[in-house]
Amino acid sequence: MKARVYVTLKKSVLDPQGQAILQAVSGLGFRDIKNVRQGKVFEMELNGVSPEQARQEVERVAREVLTNPVIEEFRCEIEE
Amino acid sequence: MKFGVVVFPGSNCDHDAFHVLSSVLGQPTEWVWHQSTQVNHLDAIVLPGGFSYGDYLRTGALASHSPVLGAVKKFAERGGLVLGICNGFQILLEAGLLPGAMLRNRRLKFLCRFVHLRVETTDTPFTTVCQPGQVLKMPIAHMDGNYFAGEATLRELERNHQIAFRYATPAGEVVDDAEANPNGALANIAGICNRERNVLGLMPHPDRSSEALMGSTDGLAIFQSLVQSLITH
Repeated sequence: MKARVYVTLKKSVLDPQGQAILQAVSGLGFRDIKNVRQGKVFEMELNGVSPEQARQEVERVAREVLTNPVIEEFRCEIEE
Repeated sequence: MKFGVVVFPGSNCDHDAFHVLSSVLGQPTEWVWHQSTQVNHLDAIVLPGGFSYGDYLRTGALASHSPVLGAVKKFAERGGLVLGICNGFQILLEAGLLPGAMLRNRRLKFLCRFVHLRVETTDTPFTTVCQPGQVLKMPIAHMDGNYFAGEATLRELERNHQIAFRYATPAGEVVDDAEANPNGALANIAGICNRERNVLGLMPHPDRSSEALMGSTDGLAIFQSLVQSLITH
């Protein structure tokens, strides 16, 4: 079973990297793009667990290790 | 009196802190390996600067889950003195021993230069020999020193006088411009302590400013305060 965790800065936290990327993108002429937020993706493989167990475990890992709850939030996807 | 300096893979200011404590101040000091959990015989622990675990995931994040940090947490809960410098401060934040988090520097550049800090409280074991409002000149060397905390946390830090140092001008004025507050830290915060005041973290390097040869001796006040506090305790 595969799991993916997407980690992004909270909306209330300024993302200077995303802003720098937006400037570059605008400079290249992509004028329809109004905002860029940068994040991270973690891909994991799990063995011998149900989708429900996998979600619980991955969400715990995301909460306790992969994110800093002061500045970041996450979203999990489980792929059977 | 015994000091311990923790060594993580990627620490690079461990020798600086060890040198100041042992050679400059003549205090018994020993290394503590990141896999060790033996810290109970120590009186104070320094988490040094550097790039623990290569700064992978987030600065300080992996170190905050290392065996030694489990021991350091218990040591701090019992009132032991813990000083985190630069990456050591980032580790203390990730470990939850201090509130808040570090963001990338405002202008996305690694900053390596002298800054000026205003001492905001002398009521900590790390600032006892300082004068209130005293300006200390120390170097910074970091990519993620842009301190951030939610509004409620910031209010609490201010109410409990937990902000120990703020970035300031050489005259001690706290202004939020690129010269005085180069990394963009919230409320110019350069260093904070916990509510119990036995854990302190700061981004600037007192370890790199404790001898005239290094361009400033102002950092020595932090280590002298530690020694003084342990003597009077």
